[in-house]
Amino acid sequence: LGLAKTLVAIALLIVLGLFLGGIVWAADHIASFTLTPNVFFFYLLPPIVLDAGYFMPNKLFFGNLGTILLYAVIGTVWNAATTGMSLYGVYLSGIMGQLDIGLLDFLLFGSLIAAVDPVAVLAVFEEVHVNEVLFIIVFGESLLNDAVTVVLYNVFDSFVAMGADNVTGVDCVKGIVSFFVVSLGGTFVGIVFAFLLSLVTRFTKHVRIIEPGFVFVISYLSYLTAEMLSLSAILAITFCGVCCQKYVKANICDQSSTTVRYTMKMLASGSETIIFMFLGISAVNPDIWTWNTAFILLTLVFISVYRVIGVVIQTWVLNHYRVVQLEIIDQVVMSYGGLRGAVAFALVALLDEKKVKEKNLFVSTTIIVVFFTVIFQGLTIKPLVQWLKVKKSEHREPKLNEKLHGRAFDHILSAVEDISGQIGHNYLRDKWSNFDRKILSKVLMRRSAQKSRDQILNIFHELNLKDAISYVAEGERRGSLAFIRSSSTDNMVNVDFSTPRPSTVEASVSCLLREKASSVCLDMQALEQRRKSIRDTEDTVTHHTLQQYLYKPRQEHIHLYSRHEIIQNEDEKQDKEIFHRTMRKRLESFKSTKLGINQPKKLNKSHKRDRGQKRRNSNAIPNGKIPSENPAPDFTLKEKGNFSDTNNKPPVNSGYCSETSYEPVNSQDNSVDMQERLEESNPKENQEKKTLLNAQAHYRSAAARRVQSRRSFHRPKPLQLPKLQKLASFPSSCHIPPHSLEQEETQL
Amino acid sequence: MGCQSSHPSAIPELDEIMLETGFSQASVVRLYDRFQALDKEQKGYLSKYDLQGIGELAVNPLGDRIINAFFKEGEDLTDFRSFIRVLAHFRPVEEGKSNETGRPEPMNSRLRKLQFAFQLYDQDSDGKISRDEMLQVLRLMVGIQVTDEQLVCIAERTIQEADQDGDGAISFEEFATSVEKLNVEQRMSLRLLK
Repeated sequence: LGLAKTLVAIALLIVLGLFLGGIVWAADHIASFTLTPNVFFFYLLPPIVLDAGYFMPNKLFFGNLGTILLYAVIGTVWNAATTGMSLYGVYLSGIMGQLDIGLLDFLLFGSLIAAVDPVAVLAVFEEVHVNEVLFIIVFGESLLNDAVTVVLYNVFDSFVAMGADNVTGVDCVKGIVSFFVVSLGGTFVGIVFAFLLSLVTRFTKHVRIIEPGFVFVISYLSYLTAEMLSLSAILAITFCGVCCQKYVKANICDQSSTTVRYTMKMLASGSETIIFMFLGISAVNPDIWTWNTAFILLTLVFISVYRVIGVVIQTWVLNHYRVVQLEIIDQVVMSYGGLRGAVAFALVALLDEKKVKEKNLFVSTTIIVVFFTVIFQGLTIKPLVQWLKVKKSEHREPKLNEKLHGRAFDHILSAVEDISGQIGHNYLRDKWSNFDRKILSKVLMRRSAQKSRDQILNIFHELNLKDAISYVAEGERRGSLAFIRSSSTDNMVNVDFSTPRPSTVEASVSCLLREKASSVCLDMQALEQRRKSIRDTEDTVTHHTLQQYLYKPRQEHIHLYSRHEIIQNEDEKQDKEIFHRTMRKRLESFKSTKLGINQPKKLNKSHKRDRGQKRRNSNAIPNGKIPSENPAPDFTLKEKGNFSDTNNKPPVNSGYCSETSYEPVNSQDNSVDMQERLEESNPKENQEKKTLLNAQAHYRSAAARRVQSRRSFHRPKPLQLPKLQKLASFPSSCHIPPHSLEQEETQL
Repeated sequence: MGCQSSHPSAIPELDEIMLETGFSQASVVRLYDRFQALDKEQKGYLSKYDLQGIGELAVNPLGDRIINAFFKEGEDLTDFRSFIRVLAHFRPVEEGKSNETGRPEPMNSRLRKLQFAFQLYDQDSDGKISRDEMLQVLRLMVGIQVTDEQLVCIAERTIQEADQDGDGAISFEEFATSVEKLNVEQRMSLRLLK
């Protein structure tokens, strides 16, 4: 059911193209429509690459950049060199018959056939449930290897033009240098234009209608500029998208954002469709058909074999340096998923016949290779992976206990991962986010976006106990289902989870399907179980319930990129539920500890505490503000990691003090008691407060970071703040009435 | 919040820790850095608040229970030694290591991992997972949509399946038996912690 949807679609498109081409040829006896390189490179490819860059999960991308670069650069060079040389070697042995080719021609051919194609790769990975690291590696590789391909292609093209005898060592060196120039130059161009775009969108508040236009025009400009300067245009537009996404999404208004998203998806999908169809049409061109069995077969063999070898070697090297290891199954997917696509075809069509005598042979071979990889490999990769995974896992039907405890283990592992800090602490990343927050965001983001980011922080800071209690009470009154129903109309509390979470998370289609069918796409056990009938009906029901409703562990959250879908993330609900529950529990435990202790207060102590803190709040309730244990996670903040400097944040007025059911004196007692209790074990009282404060901020930033690491694109919807209970302790400066934020956003 | 690497000599009791937990020195150093990063005020101890400051734990169904596992009964603070002791359970199991008799059970053995998990279920530490405790865990791990009746049903069946001596509760041995087919060594190991 919907298994290889996209790939079947592509295969069908090619077939359709073939069919159409056949009609055209039959009618005219000439091939009127072919995929000309110009059309491809200037009109069809940019939208696809821009789409990839704009929706790229940045954290993941930059976190794995080293790996990606290794595969993209070294891997492509390896593929090109080995394929070219081997073909030459085989040619020398005479199997291919008489051809008018030299070594350089083979190398040229190798370079254009070596590159993994971004267009095709994505189609594959939308079907195969792979972990996000693997995805980003292959995806990133397919985007970045353009630089290598372009350079190699140009270098060998010019070598061929010069003639094999005239190539000197100097030229080789020049070639290597040109690689750096092309790639770094392209990246630089992209970044410059990203900067420009962000800056422009900062000032477009009065011309909202054309905001989407800016995005597309300036991105396309980056592509053209790079092309004009003979730099890598794909890299330029990729990095333009990658770098600008954060600021553009912060700056432009909602409607523009939606427009941009949908248009980009539309253009990208459309381009992809056209490309594949054209591939089919272009193939029906008897003039170019030259068949050389040995050449074609060997090409296919070589590219597959060398890709596998290359991947294995590089992975082996990388695994020494990587935190998250790449396993066999990852390597299989990487090798098998290295599809060649339209880029290769376009490049081969660009060849000059006069210089490359056997152009037609190359073209035919390329077509066949592309078709083969896309159709055959594309269609079979999913069954292959399934088979591999099934082989690894057991075939029996898991018992209830195993399911339950297995899931528990996964959760435990996730938690320990988080505690031991495997994800997150990264010096460079922190430095960058500091730089970004202090300088870049100020320049590139609208003031309102910056402000709302800060204000949101403060709002959540000031979540007071009363709101929290009323929220919880409300939930309990309405029954357990209230949590679900209230997800969209969260008017009980100023904690709005729908806002902070990415509102347009790109989720893979298969994720949706997965959710309905079973918890894991390739969880054969679950699938089988559903098909088989279990003797005991009650057993079935229990298994079914458990299977369906057990919370999924983090490893299964994979929502990355899809060319064809923009879908809300279903896992938000799960996170929300768990979060509510956790916070409620913490709240209750905190309450109970507080109530449990009741000692005479010590005023001077509380004053000492006050002095230690920087506070913006009024001192209506003078005693220690014990930061609430239930700070709302500030998922909104796209500017992740902005909270490293937490000392400026006012202490959370948790409102324990402001709770009306407790008299100030009493709460003073209790807060004092809490503090004392803590102080007993910890001599420094201010530090305790600060700990709590920092914990909150850290929590927020960590949560934010984690959110972004999973899905890095989102946009804050205007906060739908419910009416905040105005309490005496809140000075109006801190208390932002709910709707003003919204207004502010829309006004600006 | 930078990631400055600590010098091994800065870590108290480094050798004993390495011996007890089996971690390499690099891992201990790394975990010490993490400990210090979590310990914002450089108290030398971690409180529950510090751990609760890790955002991801709030959206982990068992997050709070795991946090509590780091702290001894009734205490609110944990030092580095206890911290790393808990993490030692998650060290990957060395393959091909012969079970030398006479040596104490290593902390990352399957048995220890299971004991850690069992401890999370068994909140009152009576050595058995009662029906209530099972119910509590299930409630944590399952979505809102499941009603309480369904949950009771599931809990019943889960206990029934595992309970061998018919006492209506799951002892540690029964627990271990019920998950014997699961690849605990892999599922409860962090590759990073070598």
